[in-house]
Amino acid sequence: MNTVDYTQEVPIVEGRPTLQEINELIAKPLDTKPDKKFYIALAVTLSMLTLGVIGLGLSFYYGTGMWGNNNPVGWGFPIVNFVFWVGIGHAGTLISAILFLFRQKWRNGIARFAEGMTIFAVMTAGIFPLIHIGRPWLAGYLIPYPNQHSLWVDFNSPLVWDVFAVSTYFAVSFIFWYVGLIPDLATLRDRATSKIKKTVYSLFSLGWRHSNRHWQHYEMVYLVLAGFATPLVLSVHTIVSFDFAVAILPGWHSTIFPPYFVAGAVFSGFAMVQNVLIFIRKIFNYEHIITINTLDRMNKIIILTGSMVGYAYAMEFFTAWYSGVQPEQFTFINRAFGPYAWAYWIMVSCNVLFPQLFWFKKIRRSIPIMFIIAVLVNVGMWFERFVITVTSLSRDYLPSSWAYFKPTFVDMAILIGSFGFFFTWVLLFTKSLPVVSIAEIKSVIHGAQPTHEGH
Amino acid sequence: MTDKNLYCYAGIFDTPDQIINAAKKVQSDGYTKYDVNTPYPIHGMDSAMDLKPSLLPYVALVVGFLGAASALFFMWWTNSVDYPLIIGGKPFFALPAYIPITFEITVLSASIMTVVTMLFVIFKFPNNSHPLHDTDYLKQVSVNKYGIVILADDPKFDESNIKQVFASLGASQVFPIFYHEEVINFKPRIFEPKFIWFLIILFVLVSGSTYITLNKLMFLPPYNWMMKQNKVIVQEKSEFFKNGKGMRMPVEGTVARGFLPYEFVNKPELAAKDLLNPLLPTKYNLELGKTKYNIYCSPCHGYHAEGDSRLRGQFPNPPSLHSEKVRSWSDGRIFHVITEGQNVMPSYSSQLSREERWAVILYVRALQRSLNAKESDLP
Ligand code: HEC
Repeated sequence: MNTVDYTQEVPIVEGRPTLQEINELIAKPLDTKPDKKFYIALAVTLSMLTLGVIGLGLSFYYGTGMWGNNNPVGWGFPIVNFVFWVGIGHAGTLISAILFLFRQKWRNGIARFAEGMTIFAVMTAGIFPLIHIGRPWLAGYLIPYPNQHSLWVDFNSPLVWDVFAVSTYFAVSFIFWYVGLIPDLATLRDRATSKIKKTVYSLFSLGWRHSNRHWQHYEMVYLVLAGFATPLVLSVHTIVSFDFAVAILPGWHSTIFPPYFVAGAVFSGFAMVQNVLIFIRKIFNYEHIITINTLDRMNKIIILTGSMVGYAYAMEFFTAWYSGVQPEQFTFINRAFGPYAWAYWIMVSCNVLFPQLFWFKKIRRSIPIMFIIAVLVNVGMWFERFVITVTSLSRDYLPSSWAYFKPTFVDMAILIGSFGFFFTWVLLFTKSLPVVSIAEIKSVIHGAQPTHEGH
Repeated sequence: MTDKNLYCYAGIFDTPDQIINAAKKVQSDGYTKYDVNTPYPIHGMDSAMDLKPSLLPYVALVVGFLGAASALFFMWWTNSVDYPLIIGGKPFFALPAYIPITFEITVLSASIMTVVTMLFVIFKFPNNSHPLHDTDYLKQVSVNKYGIVILADDPKFDESNIKQVFASLGASQVFPIFYHEEVINFKPRIFEPKFIWFLIILFVLVSGSTYITLNKLMFLPPYNWMMKQNKVIVQEKSEFFKNGKGMRMPVEGTVARGFLPYEFVNKPELAAKDLLNPLLPTKYNLELGKTKYNIYCSPCHGYHAEGDSRLRGQFPNPPSLHSEKVRSWSDGRIFHVITEGQNVMPSYSSQLSREERWAVILYVRALQRSLNAKESDLP
């Protein structure tokens, strides 16, 4: 450990497996029947999901009065959860697109899985605006279409921008993911023995032949998509932050929000991806593909984004003081010492203090400790959205309308249900599609690329 | 082997270095119809095969611009032309507010079209009946081998020569690949009439059901809950109040604040005689009268009081107010018509205050005088 040879690049895949071995290893979860542990995990997530469905059923039947939302806190859990889940999605695109543009090859082992998590997270997030409008069957009004009222949606509204941003994000992430899957599906097709599997893989691999005349266009398109996805992912959380920043409420009306939200999203997303990968690499024996070095690098990104978030927290206080605007100053003092001080300090300790432990290399490379820190980060980031949304609303300009927000049982049920929904998809994903990109991993193992000797 | 056609000759190599060399050799030997199949993209293969750079980024560029332009156009058209609406004091065309959506549509359209062009136009996918499918060759190159094929319709195709070249390059296997005429498809599948019909039917179904859902279904019970609300509406029955009416009656013997009873109910002649216009035709009063006239009277009487209604026969056309009769009427007589209505013309006493009614009359007088101006009216 003490003598690190910096002249040698750290191998992305350890142990020099052959191409054949990689194929078998990644395809193994798809060939074998799920074991008991899988069913236990699925039972847990499905129970959580059922709880959420019950919560939603109650909300639809009796109305949104089942939630803790009150006047003035009109944006309760649904918005908090929405922002949280959209944020979780951001890590996937960062890994698959931004790190791709930066030629960070270590991303190859984790990109597929992270992209999958993006898609599931955005799906989970999408539930919340729909239920928050109170009458989900009228959600069609969010889309501009020539309707009976001859009215159009208000294109000046951040909420409408959000509709476009989140749906575009979902669509582009899905395309990116699917394009990445095509060669792998073809590889699976060519090794499939059962007729059903072969038909399904043939259908979805569209007839891919690993032709280099195709690879050439394919790589270009992958680059173009990465180039689009990069500004897209930044725009999505920027627009989500506009939902707050464009309003005039103290605590929301702040130009620091877009970068602050994007950093926070990447922060929580990386924590979530790291958490899940720790299980995946253990259960499927991918320790040499998703190496400890990869996790180490992810932890470095967590400390970077975590520090940016911490800086934003400090800067919010500074701006409030420096602006000389009384309601603004009150809002921030109230955040730290008011009725929601408990939430604020959970947020600060989980997001700013604990991740700083990652400065120590030992901690960055210790699986149990990094797991716990990443869980705390996600707790902290959920509370960040809670603090921003709820504390600002509950103490607005008019003291006569102040009120304390308390979540109800239904609120909690829907929150737990959203985790159930997300992890059910994750579990099904691990058993139905290659969670590591076969082609991408093959291209970075030792000896995969020509040496161009004698040239 | 009589029903089988020769598709190509294939060589299988074990290392990426070998395949790069093989590709270079085949290219320099002047073959044009050949392909290299590898489990992952090999660096340097583009130059070895002398492939031209992909033009797909231009597709992204053009579609992206089109997407941006149409998004901007659409937002401008909806908010400035089709239903002009001022929101938050912003101009009709609020460019900064339109940037987020323009950006999203740009990315969305460009991403979709680039991928669609690649898969369906350039690769001619989906196609699962290519001669290479299900061959031993494809099964090897999709895992850990590197293969090269020279097609039988290459002008320089010569079996013995190819075998020799492949062997000299170090191929571990060299073999021909055959195909059956009937099961092979080289044409893009998506242009088959079957598929086009499928798309058309899908389009009609989706847009039809969307239209019905959004424009019809949502206005039928039970989805019209927004219209039916649990509140008491005037003129409705009420179980709650003793007199069974939802509406509350004023306390007996009282009048509402500011309410002045109209003295000349059903007495037009008396009104004509006794009522006098308290307002002078000042600029302010005429402006007020004009505004109110244009709002409340012009739909039926026309902007110039000539009885040219804008209601397209949905309401009986009123007579012109330039008639001898109305011109000779006193102001009080017209006041009576506005206050009480006349036959089918409803009363405007609840829409217009007394003062406003007098102002409207001043404006009607001005209109009348403008059509029947005397010489002495000219300055
Ligand atoms: C809904 C359409 C409608 C509107 C709005 C309306 N009127 Fe009339 N008005 C009529 C009709 C129809 C008559 C003819 C009634 C009749 O048959 O005697 C009439 C008659 C009159 C007459 C009598 C003309 C005559 O020759 O007997 C006067 C004066 C008059 N309107 C003034 C007004 C003024 C002033 C206003 C605005 C406050 C107004 N009207 C708004 C429909 C309308």
